[in-house]
Amino acid sequence: MVSSSLSETSPEPLVADPPAQQTEQHGQAGSVLTTFLRLHTRGEWSLIGLFLFLGAVVIPGLNLLPADSAFHFPDYLIPLLGKFMCYALVALAVDLIWGYAGILSLGHGVFFALGGYAMGMHLMRAIGTEGVYRSELPDFMVFLDWKELPWYWYGFSNFGFALGMALFVPGILAYIFGFFAFRSRIRGVYFSIITQAMTYALMLLFFRNDTGFGGNNGLTDFKRLLGFSLQEPTTKLGLYVTSVVVLLLAYLACRYLVTSKLGRVLMAVRDAESRLMFCGYNPHGYKLFLWTLSAVLCGLAGALYVPQVGIINPSEMQPANSIEMAIWVAVGGRGTLSGALLGAFLVNGVKSWCTAAFPYLWLYILGAMFIVATLFLPRGVAGLLRRQADSRTGETTG
Amino acid sequence: MKSDRELRQRIETERNPLLSIPISLLFLSLILLLGLPSPPRASAAGGDLASLLQGLGAKSRRDVRQAITALGTLNDPAALPALEALGDRRLRIDKAGLVYIKGEDGSLHDALSGATVALDEASLRTPRINNAVRRTLRPVIAQLQLSSLDVAVRLAAAEELTKRPRPEMMDILQAALDREIEAAVRDILAVALAQMQLQSEDQTVRLAAIRMIGESGNLGLRPQLEALVATNEDGSFAEDDPEVRAAAEAALSSFERTQFLINSLGNLFYGASLGSVLLLAALGLGITFGLMGVINMAHGEMLMLGAYASYVVQGIFQESFPAWFDWYLAVAIPAAFGVCLLTGMILERGVIRFLYGRPLETLLATWGISLVLIQSVRLIFGAQNVQVANPAWLSGGIEVLYGVVLPYSRLAIILFVALVVGLVWLILQRTRLGLQVRAVTQNRPMASCMGISAGRVDMWTFGLGSGIAGLGGVALSQIGNVGPELGRLYIVDSFMVVVLGGVGNIAGTVVGALSLGLVNKLLEPVAGAVLGKIGVLIFIILFIQQRPQGLFALKGRLAES
Repeated sequence: MVSSSLSETSPEPLVADPPAQQTEQHGQAGSVLTTFLRLHTRGEWSLIGLFLFLGAVVIPGLNLLPADSAFHFPDYLIPLLGKFMCYALVALAVDLIWGYAGILSLGHGVFFALGGYAMGMHLMRAIGTEGVYRSELPDFMVFLDWKELPWYWYGFSNFGFALGMALFVPGILAYIFGFFAFRSRIRGVYFSIITQAMTYALMLLFFRNDTGFGGNNGLTDFKRLLGFSLQEPTTKLGLYVTSVVVLLLAYLACRYLVTSKLGRVLMAVRDAESRLMFCGYNPHGYKLFLWTLSAVLCGLAGALYVPQVGIINPSEMQPANSIEMAIWVAVGGRGTLSGALLGAFLVNGVKSWCTAAFPYLWLYILGAMFIVATLFLPRGVAGLLRRQADSRTGETTG
Repeated sequence: MKSDRELRQRIETERNPLLSIPISLLFLSLILLLGLPSPPRASAAGGDLASLLQGLGAKSRRDVRQAITALGTLNDPAALPALEALGDRRLRIDKAGLVYIKGEDGSLHDALSGATVALDEASLRTPRINNAVRRTLRPVIAQLQLSSLDVAVRLAAAEELTKRPRPEMMDILQAALDREIEAAVRDILAVALAQMQLQSEDQTVRLAAIRMIGESGNLGLRPQLEALVATNEDGSFAEDDPEVRAAAEAALSSFERTQFLINSLGNLFYGASLGSVLLLAALGLGITFGLMGVINMAHGEMLMLGAYASYVVQGIFQESFPAWFDWYLAVAIPAAFGVCLLTGMILERGVIRFLYGRPLETLLATWGISLVLIQSVRLIFGAQNVQVANPAWLSGGIEVLYGVVLPYSRLAIILFVALVVGLVWLILQRTRLGLQVRAVTQNRPMASCMGISAGRVDMWTFGLGSGIAGLGGVALSQIGNVGPELGRLYIVDSFMVVVLGGVGNIAGTVVGALSLGLVNKLLEPVAGAVLGKIGVLIFIILFIQQRPQGLFALKGRLAES
C-alpha cells in the first residue's frame, strides 16, 4: 500500500489512531486494537479520518450555520448526500461479492428494496391515525378496503423489530437463494442472469396490490421516525450523519473481512475455484456466507435510504437498478473497497448533475460508462489512481 | 393479449354489420330504382297489415307494443321496414295517423309501399319509444328477418332470438326450423327453440330441450340451466321435477368440460405462440453463448430494432406504395434481418471481441450498449409505443370452436418460426460456416489450430444471431405494439430457454422455448402471471441442480469453464 504520498494530510481529529507505544501497554485488549489498526497504514487511516471529519463534522457544521451565511451548506443537499452514503454502502456490498469472490449479482436491488420496505413499513405504522383517512391502518389498505392488518405487518410498529427485519429478510432470502444456487455450482453468467430473473419476479410480485405493500405506489407519506419529524432539517441532518457513521463502520468491517484469512479464501474462489477445491476447501460455505452478508449490508443501506428519500416502491427492484449498482463498482474499481465507494459517489454525482442538466444524454453517458469502464478501465478509477501513484513513487504494491 | 381482444372484436363487427345495415333502406332504394308504380297506400294484401302499422303510431306506448306483438303474430315480412324504422327513430306519423319512414337522405316514404311522398316533416310526429318498446320490438324484427332470403340476416336473427326468447314464438320458430336449409342457422334456431321449450309443460319436451342445450355448447345459456338447479332460500329446490334437475346438472357438467376444453386449447395455442417468439429470441442467444460464452444483454434490443425496422418499412409502403401494402412484409423481413445483422457484427468487432474471456464484463458492456440503443430509438421514434399495421391477409382468424379464435397472425408466426429454425439448422449443419461454428463451439484452441479463423466465425455468428433476433422483432410487431423497451422483457426469458435447452444445439433451444412458453401460459390461469413466473424461476433453479448442462448436453469432451 502507498503511504508516502498520503502521509502529509491533516491531523485526524476524531478517530482513535493512538501512537503505537500506547497499544503495547494495553496487553490483551491492545492486541485486538493492533489487529484493528493493522487494517490500514497510517496514511490511509488519516485519509479515513479526514473523510469522517468532512462528512460528519464539517458539512453538518456548515449546514447548521444561519441560512444567510456565505458558508451555509444548503439543506436540500443533505438528503442527497445521505442518499449517496446509502448507495456507497450498496457499492461496498456489491464489491464484496463481485470484487472479492467473483460473483456478479444483478439482484442486489432486491435486497436493498427489501430493507427499504421493512423500514418503510415501520414508518407507515408510525404515521398512526394521522393519515388521510384518519385510520389506524396505512392509507393504501383503507383505500383497498382492507379491514385489518395482514399478519406480516405485525410487529413493525416496533422500530427495533423493523430494523431487525430490514437485515433479516434480505439475509434469509439471499441465504435460501444462494444455498440452492451455489450448491448446484451455478456461477458466472448463469448466476448473474438468475439473480436478474429473481429481481424481475419479485418486482412483479411487489407491483401487485394484493401483495400488501402498496402495489404500484409503494409506501410513502411518512411522518416521523422515533418521534422526530422527518420534515425537520435537523432530523435529516441526523439521518445523514448516521449514514456516514454506518458507512464507515461497514467499511471497516468489510476491510477486516477481506484482509482476514477468509478473505484470502474468497479471492481464491474468484481466481481459481477448481484449484481451491482440489486443495480441500469447499467453497460453498464461504460463498454463501459472503453472499448473505452482502445482502444484509444492502438491506441496511435500504433501511437508511427510505427515511431520507421518503418513498419506497417496486421500481427500486427494476433489473436496471441492480445493474447500475454493478457499474458503480466497475467504474470505481472492483476488488478494492475504497474503489467501490469512490465509484458510487462518482457515478451518482454525475447522474444527479446530468439528469438535471442534460436529461436526454444521461442514458448515453451511463451506457458509455458501462462500455468504457469494461473496455479500458478493468480496475476502475481506483486502479488508474494507484497506477499513477505507483509510477510516481516507483514502487509496486500488492 | 390486447391485440387478440381487438381481433375478436373485429371479427364480431365483421359479422354484425349485417345486423346493423338498414335493410329497409336497401328495399326502398331497390324499389325506387326500379321505379315501381306507387299506389298511394297499402298493397293488395295490406288491409290488416296497414291498420296494424298505423298502430305503431299510437300515442300510448302500450298500444304500440300491442301493435308490434300483433305484427309479429301476423308474421308478414312487409312490416319489417316500418318496424326497423321505429327502432331507429326514423318512423314519422302524420295527423291522420298514417305512418311514414324517413330515409337517410331525409326524404319520406310510405311505410308499406316505399313510395316517396312529399310532405312537410315539421307537420309529422315521431313516436316516442322506450326500452320496453325496444324489448318487444327486437324479437319481432328478428322473427320477421327469419324469412329473409339472406343467410347472414337469418343467422343474425336467430342469434337475436336466442338472446331474447319469447315463448309465444315457439310455433313460428318451429316452422322456421323446419324450412331452414342452412346448417349453421338451423343449429342456432334449434337452441333458441330449446331455450323456449325449457318452460314447457311437457316433461319429455323439457328434457329434450335441456339435452339440446347441453350439446350445443352455447355457454351463453348457462344461467338458464343454473336457474333449474338453483335452490330457494329455504333450501328447497326451485325446480320440482328431479329428472329435469338431473338433466340440467348433466348439461351443466358438459358445459364445464366444454369450457375447460376451450380454455386449454386457447392456452396451448398461446403458449405455442409465445414459445415460438421466445424461440427466435433465444436461438441467436444460445448460439453465441455456446460459441463465445458471453451473454449479449443487447440481444433483446435486436428484437426491438427488428420491430422498428418493420415499422419503418410499413410506413414507407403506406406513404409511397399503398397498392403493395399487403406485401410489405416481404421487404420488412430482409430489412430487419439486415439491420440487425450489421448491428450485431459491428458490436462484435467494436466491443465484444476485446472482452473475450471476461464474460461478466461483456454482460455489463452489452448492457451499456442496450442503453444507448434504447435511448437512440427513443430519440428518433419517440418514447410512445408505435403501432405496426398487419397486412390484410394476416388480420382475422379462424374460429375452431365456440369461443376459440386462432388469429392468423399468430398462426403465421408459428409457421415463420418453423421456417427460420429449419434454415438455421441447415446453415449450422450443411454449410462451411456452420461446420466452423460447431468446431469453435466445441473447442476453440483446437479449431484455431486447424486453421479456422475463430474471430471471423465469432463475427459472422454474432451477426447471424442478431439477425435472427431481428426476425423475431418482425414477428413481435405483428402481434403487439412496438416500443423502445420491447426487448427488455425477453432477455431474461430467452436466457432461461438457453439454460433449459443447453447451449449450442438447436433441438434443445426448440424444446426449451416451447416448453417454457407452454408452462408459462398453462401456469397463468392456475397461479396468476406473477406467481407463475416465480414458479418457473424456482423450477429452473431446481432443474439446473439435476442437469447443469441443460436438457440436451453436447456429447464429447468440453472444457470446464
